[in-house]
Amino acid sequence: MSENVTTAVFEQWVRGFADLIAANREHLTELDAAIGDADHGSNMDRGMKAAVAALDESRPPTAGALLTKVGMTLVSTVGGASGPLFGTFFMRMGGSLGATAETVSAGDVAAALRAGLGGIVDRGKAAPGDKTMYDALAPAVEALEAALTDQATLATGLKAARDAAAAGRDATTPMLARKGRASYLGERSVGHQDPGAASVALLLDAAADAAS
Amino acid sequence: MKKLINDPNDVVVEALRGIEAAHPELRVDHESKVIYRGDAPKRGKVGLISGGGSGHEPLHGGFVGLGMLDAACAGEIFTSPVPGQILAATKLVDGGAGILHVVKNYTGDVMNFEMAAEMAAAETGARIVSVVTDDDVAVQDSTWTAGRRGVGVTVLLEKIAGAAAEQGRDLDEVAQVARTVNENGRSMGLALTSCTVPAAGHPTFDLGDDEMELGVGIHGEPGRARLPLAPASEIASLLVEPILSDLPFTRGNPVIAFVNGLGGTPLIELYVVFNEVQKILGGRGVPIARSLVGSYITSLDMAGVSITLLRVDDELLSLWDAPVNTAALRWGI
Repeated sequence: MSENVTTAVFEQWVRGFADLIAANREHLTELDAAIGDADHGSNMDRGMKAAVAALDESRPPTAGALLTKVGMTLVSTVGGASGPLFGTFFMRMGGSLGATAETVSAGDVAAALRAGLGGIVDRGKAAPGDKTMYDALAPAVEALEAALTDQATLATGLKAARDAAAAGRDATTPMLARKGRASYLGERSVGHQDPGAASVALLLDAAADAAS
Repeated sequence: MKKLINDPNDVVVEALRGIEAAHPELRVDHESKVIYRGDAPKRGKVGLISGGGSGHEPLHGGFVGLGMLDAACAGEIFTSPVPGQILAATKLVDGGAGILHVVKNYTGDVMNFEMAAEMAAAETGARIVSVVTDDDVAVQDSTWTAGRRGVGVTVLLEKIAGAAAEQGRDLDEVAQVARTVNENGRSMGLALTSCTVPAAGHPTFDLGDDEMELGVGIHGEPGRARLPLAPASEIASLLVEPILSDLPFTRGNPVIAFVNGLGGTPLIELYVVFNEVQKILGGRGVPIARSLVGSYITSLDMAGVSITLLRVDDELLSLWDAPVNTAALRWGI
């Protein structure tokens, strides 16, 4: 498989994610109100609007530089835990692709997502089943890797990743939170979907759309 | 919602303007939302930087000045400051002797300060040490939670470590003093009413007129139990007993007793509580060496109280007594 993923696809991914966050802003905040501090939707929306504004101002020429710029913008605008986590995710993806690499293969995209996932683990120390964004992102990365191993196209692989992220998001509902503010609730966190996992599902939704 | 505000989105920005106007000895970097000492950077002095979400005033900006913090970073209400703010503060107060970050144990605060420390080390070469406060006994300290929250001890730590830095001690010594304070202090809080975040416009949680939330967090996080309203004597006991059973507070070992209002409680009620606290401690033979009574780490307009007990020795007491000149704490000058 030697398809080249253009920088425009990554830009479309980021813009699509910003649109989905804006459309789901209230929903994400409601999820956070149940087990957190009711600011996830507004914080993510502020950050992704800033990221889109940064791309409007100047679009970096390579995918790596573009994702790094998005990550740095999120870190400096979102605050809370989501800023460092989503920011680190995009910055690690950018670093994995490299600032100067002009061609990006489907395998490079999977490797970048794997690196982004590693960044979230480094920053947030989340483990599987902690009821965090990890629980939606990890199965998505695995689904993409498995699809590419089976010679699927990136578009097909990201559709599988989208489905896996949505399933991972839904699977956080019965979990007991062990990280972040939700962990203070103990048993009372059970029965609520994790807002970070919900945002990750939107992220993969946007990725699948951008690649199709 | 009844509040003395203009646009809810401008509360932090406008309060910083007010702080700058009211306290000419302070400087405010409005772009980075950093309050810092007018005489910063002080050459050869360890710089103390703290910060966190806004809404806990006077924490942290009210503690910037001689003998306490060099800079405080103001986040959005109840939202951690971002790394760029903390990096800006580091550059403003770096006197070449290293920087101590005082961080309350909340997931967002810890991550943002961690990223800022990495960025500052890379950009400025400054040596940065972080001390995280986690004194709230309401949260079970286990690997299954984000750990205990940083609350009242943060105020005492900023005073005591600030005094150590003002004396010219090096970064490792100042950090050690800070850790000692955190290890020897424990707190617990209780809410009579919820706070209301301006941008939300409604109370963060529902609490009946005849109820109280025991073990509440300073952002309205739920506590250990919701109980029927009780007299101050009982409330004092509900807060002090879990603290006393968490650390050995032995007979004759003096403490600093800190009775803190959460924002919406009058001082006279805090003194009623202090009277109960001194009775309990007196009964246990725990001498109160120093006291602090007032609203120093708040949760917007929440009515309620938190109690912090810090075991002290002569060393910590002399640092507590050292001169301090900030907007919210001032003595010995």
